[in-house]
Amino acid sequence: MKPALVVIGNGMAGMRTVEELLALAPDLYDITVFGAEPHGNYNRILLSPVLAGEKSVDDIMLNTRDWYEANGIALHAGDPVVHIDRRRRIVRSQSGHEVGYDRLLIATGSKPFIIPVPGHELPGVLAFRDIADVESMLSAAHDHRHAVVIGGGLLGLEAANGLLKQGMEVTVVHVTDALMNQQLDKPAAQLLQRALEARGLKFMLEAQTAGIVGPDRVTAVRFKDGTEIPADLVVMTAGVRPNIELAKSAGLHCERAIVVDDTLQSYDPRVYAVGECVQHRRATFGLVAPIWEQAKVCAAHLAGAGHRRYVQQASPTRLKVTGIELYSVGDFIGAEGSEDLVLRDARRGVYKRLVLDGPCLVGAVLYGDVQDGPWYFDLIQRGADISAMRHQLLFGPALAA
Amino acid sequence: MNLSQQHLSIATTCPYCGVGCGVKAVPQGPQSATVSGDVDHPSNFGRLCVKGAALGETLGLEGRLLHPQVRDDGQPGGTLRQVSWDEALDRAAGQWRAIVDEHGPDSVALYVSGQLLTEDYYVANKLMKGYVGSANIDTNSRLCMSSAVAGHKRAFGEDLVPVNYDDLENADMIVLVGSNLAWCHPILFQRIMRAKEARPDMKLVVIDPRRTATCELADLHLPVKPGTDVWLFNGLLAYLARGEAVDAAFIANHTRGLNDALASADITPEEVAKACRLPVEDVLAFYESFAATAKVITGFSMGVNQSSAGTDKVNAIINCHLVTGRIGKPGMGPFSITGQPNAMGGREVGGLANMLAAHLDLDKPEHRAAVQEFWHSPRIADKPGLKAVDLFQAIESGKVKAVWIIATNPMVSLPDADQVRRALSKAELVIASDVVRDTDTNAFAHVLLPALAWAEKDGTVTNSERRISRQRGFLPAPGEAKGDWQILCEFARRLGYDGFDFQHQSEIFAEHARLSAWRNAADALPRLFDIGALASLDRAGYDGLQPVQWPIGRRVFADHRFSFPDGRARFVPTVPRLPVNTAGGEYPLVLNTGRVRDQWHTMTRTGRAPKLAEHTPESFVDLHPQDALLCGVRDGELARISSQWGSMVARVRHGGGIARGSAFVPIHWNGQNASDARVGAVVNPVVDPVSGEPEFKHTPVMVERFPVQWHGFVLSRTPLDLDKVVYWTRAQGAGFTRYEMAGRNRIGDFGTWARELLGIADADADWLEYADRSAGVYRAVHIVDDRIAQCIFVSPRPDLPERAWLAGLFSTEALADAERAGVLAGRPLKQGADTGPTVCSCFGVGRNTICNAIRDKDLKTTAEVTACVKAGGNCGSCVPEIRQLLAQMRVPA
Repeated sequence: MKPALVVIGNGMAGMRTVEELLALAPDLYDITVFGAEPHGNYNRILLSPVLAGEKSVDDIMLNTRDWYEANGIALHAGDPVVHIDRRRRIVRSQSGHEVGYDRLLIATGSKPFIIPVPGHELPGVLAFRDIADVESMLSAAHDHRHAVVIGGGLLGLEAANGLLKQGMEVTVVHVTDALMNQQLDKPAAQLLQRALEARGLKFMLEAQTAGIVGPDRVTAVRFKDGTEIPADLVVMTAGVRPNIELAKSAGLHCERAIVVDDTLQSYDPRVYAVGECVQHRRATFGLVAPIWEQAKVCAAHLAGAGHRRYVQQASPTRLKVTGIELYSVGDFIGAEGSEDLVLRDARRGVYKRLVLDGPCLVGAVLYGDVQDGPWYFDLIQRGADISAMRHQLLFGPALAA
Repeated sequence: MNLSQQHLSIATTCPYCGVGCGVKAVPQGPQSATVSGDVDHPSNFGRLCVKGAALGETLGLEGRLLHPQVRDDGQPGGTLRQVSWDEALDRAAGQWRAIVDEHGPDSVALYVSGQLLTEDYYVANKLMKGYVGSANIDTNSRLCMSSAVAGHKRAFGEDLVPVNYDDLENADMIVLVGSNLAWCHPILFQRIMRAKEARPDMKLVVIDPRRTATCELADLHLPVKPGTDVWLFNGLLAYLARGEAVDAAFIANHTRGLNDALASADITPEEVAKACRLPVEDVLAFYESFAATAKVITGFSMGVNQSSAGTDKVNAIINCHLVTGRIGKPGMGPFSITGQPNAMGGREVGGLANMLAAHLDLDKPEHRAAVQEFWHSPRIADKPGLKAVDLFQAIESGKVKAVWIIATNPMVSLPDADQVRRALSKAELVIASDVVRDTDTNAFAHVLLPALAWAEKDGTVTNSERRISRQRGFLPAPGEAKGDWQILCEFARRLGYDGFDFQHQSEIFAEHARLSAWRNAADALPRLFDIGALASLDRAGYDGLQPVQWPIGRRVFADHRFSFPDGRARFVPTVPRLPVNTAGGEYPLVLNTGRVRDQWHTMTRTGRAPKLAEHTPESFVDLHPQDALLCGVRDGELARISSQWGSMVARVRHGGGIARGSAFVPIHWNGQNASDARVGAVVNPVVDPVSGEPEFKHTPVMVERFPVQWHGFVLSRTPLDLDKVVYWTRAQGAGFTRYEMAGRNRIGDFGTWARELLGIADADADWLEYADRSAGVYRAVHIVDDRIAQCIFVSPRPDLPERAWLAGLFSTEALADAERAGVLAGRPLKQGADTGPTVCSCFGVGRNTICNAIRDKDLKTTAEVTACVKAGGNCGSCVPEIRQLLAQMRVPA
């Protein structure tokens, strides 16, 4: 009889790990997968184009139910695990199903942070995390007019853009004075804001939400200064929190998330974790690139070919709003002593900023013309010495070569 | 070209060097014309050099002086007020008259120019010497060929150039001394080049401290130590006198003074080699070929003339031709090649302070009497006037109180030019006649008079081979501008003088021609200069005059009769002496000055042609790399060049042609187009004791770093105010002005600084920028209506991008996206389109284009390069550079 591998979480991180594992050792485990959502595995990153009407749900499916069947994987979709018994090495699902494991992989991801203001539980207040959220938004867009997106980060802007495309009047409310402040510096943020305003989005920056107003469904959003704006739909995109309640209750060591080592192993050697629910060193993760790398490392260890180590690397961000080119990678603000190269072409809507630390490129923000992004990313990853081509660097590889 | 335009084609002459090429101009509206070489003119047979070919680009009226102006406050640079001709001339003549009445005729002076037409020159000379009664009329020709004049007079008894251009084609050996003919007289150089191609045995020897473009064609280059030419030619004289080349019969029958000359030339080739810092075998090779070649021409130019021993150098050369009898026959002779279009015309009318008129002498009473009688003039100057350098010293000392400067810019061209500034600020009356409003000199004028420019004025000029050609106006007079002779005549009439009632320039020419024949007989006052045959030309005959060489129908000295009363030429003993100021101590380098290929004088005309600005857009100091190292300066950076007299700033360049211990700076830049690049301010005011010609080629200087915080350039459609920038140079581009700059200020906020400098107030201007603040690199481009309007590039080092590609964008109607993306890089983002610095100005072919063609197509000759990329196919001025590129590319990489 084969050892049993149980995967908690039918999302991108967990399933990529399974795929990597199958590629390495196709018959090593009996695999059982539990997922909270009633679907196969889909590409969550592409929810924005679905909301914008540019893609359908079918377009973004990664692994259909047939795939699980063909690979002999038992899938329990729509039936989340509610308990881990590490002593007996058993997991129990919401429906009461119990499965024993020799190895356990936790890939529970994260959940949206809903700001706990008064009225946050009113109908019409949504997050932007899964297919269900998208479906709710699409139906709200059909029946209602005013949408307010709270949180002007990457996800919030994609949501706002999608709702705008669906015909709603959308206001983005953001607590700081610049959009996407996790990925952009101020000049780039301003260009982005101007471009989105030109498409019809409205923005309220440095606005602190005080409450969500409505008798039985949301009708308005109120701010600390007392002003209100009408809202039939409120989307909260104010960040995510790693989903670790289950791990915690199982007594696994957690800080901000489940703490793993360089092999993605938790403090229990039989339990691995990948994706947005893990903490490696001090970092947690939200972008796809490092998670793919985690999947690779974790799969190697599950397969018994345990020679890989997970090493954190900068990952680039792109905004998936059609027609807006934006690329951000690495340390784009710069620390004390770092230097920067800046190019501005306001009329063409181009802004580029490269941050240097000594002879190395450490960060890049590109707006409007992002085609050299991958090249900069490569230079950052390689830690290349760019001093000889410093003055050509911003003009791309053709001149610097 | 249609038929009606053909009818309008007007034959005239080029206003630049002394070659005097024929030009055909076809007017295209009131301020423009197309210009081509005149195939019927015997100087150039249709060819033009790059400067001549670009004449059409220089005709616009921007910057022209169009109306008389006076400066009421009298302050240099003070406000000018436009006045009527009457008011301007009344004021000028009134003040002039008052000064003469109070202080005598020697308290006033004219300072004129080899740019004047013969008719203008004649009137100016007549006015001063015959009516004001002073010989205080000198000319910028003093700075150019007065040593040749003095040498000719000492050797021949008259200022005669005994060589014709077609002798160059008949010579078996041409020696060029102190002449970068390839750049300064390109059409003559090309005549030699073609002759040498047809007859490869023909020898070319170049004697020049610098390895110039002319040397590219030379069989032998002798890089003499600056100022040692007399040693070299004395040695040659001694060598020739000992050998078989000596022409004993000629010496016996037609010369005097050989023994004295030999006594001062007692020097062996070994001693020559040592004195001139040359390998003795090269000296001997030169001497042997000279001795062995009967048909030899020794051409000489500013490298000989502009020296404190200039006249001796001329005579040392002439001595060698006399000892071999190589004069007065086809294909041989000493050949003074003049720098200005009408220096020769000025000499014919006697327009210098030590000459009279029509080859008559100021110091001979019978000559003075003859001229006064001819003119019916109230008086005649009876002693030499002040020569250029002395004249301006006399102005500073207050001896001369009024000066009228005509068609020249002494603030730029004279040595110790800061002395000229002091002089002009002190003068009671400065009158300036000019075609250009703003010059360094005009800033000091109390009265500014607008003169006709090349395209408008009408008269005659004489070239280096004594050929008189008509210069014909083909554009209407702009504004209130008048011909110089008209202005002079109106001024003279206001002083109450008769003899100036000329109605047309042909009448002046006729009088001048009559004077040349006046008493010109063997038994009276014989001169070879006699154009009496042209005195009977009526106006139509004058207008239709074809180029004519004097003496008409005969060769100079063909009869071996020279102009001294005894008919014999004179050997002049020339004791060699070093330049007055020798290098050493604080001033270890010898400064040499000269021209660049595509500019002329102070650039008032050539500076307007974008095509001409590309070759050398900025002044420079050419140094040997080891000297640069010792001075602490580097190629491409800025340096201050200082002498005891003054200083200037220019960019350091290693041209490769400079020997250790020397430096070279071009003469063209001035206060109008550069912050501090007047080489005249540095040059020592030492003159030749005989000719009074200044020693431009030998000033001890020091070169030191000119430290700056940043280097930069701007290309801009609109002019900039660069008062706050410590170093700048301006050059004309096609549709823009180019500024090279450097500054000592630390720039805080680059964006604000740049916008202010470029005069951009609109916050929403289409403005692209690149900043690397910590490295001090900033670039910005201002775009208006999709066209590039301005761009600025700044760096702490002179490592700025090439200007050529950006410059080309100014002719683009709308920038393509790819071009817009590349502007801040200063080059197209696709590789390979950068053609490099311009080599061939005619076809705008860049260095990279040429090098690529040589490499890719394995080209071996300049002809192949021309066939392939056109470069060198028009004016041919760049052929030496192409030859150099070919040689460089042959070296295995």
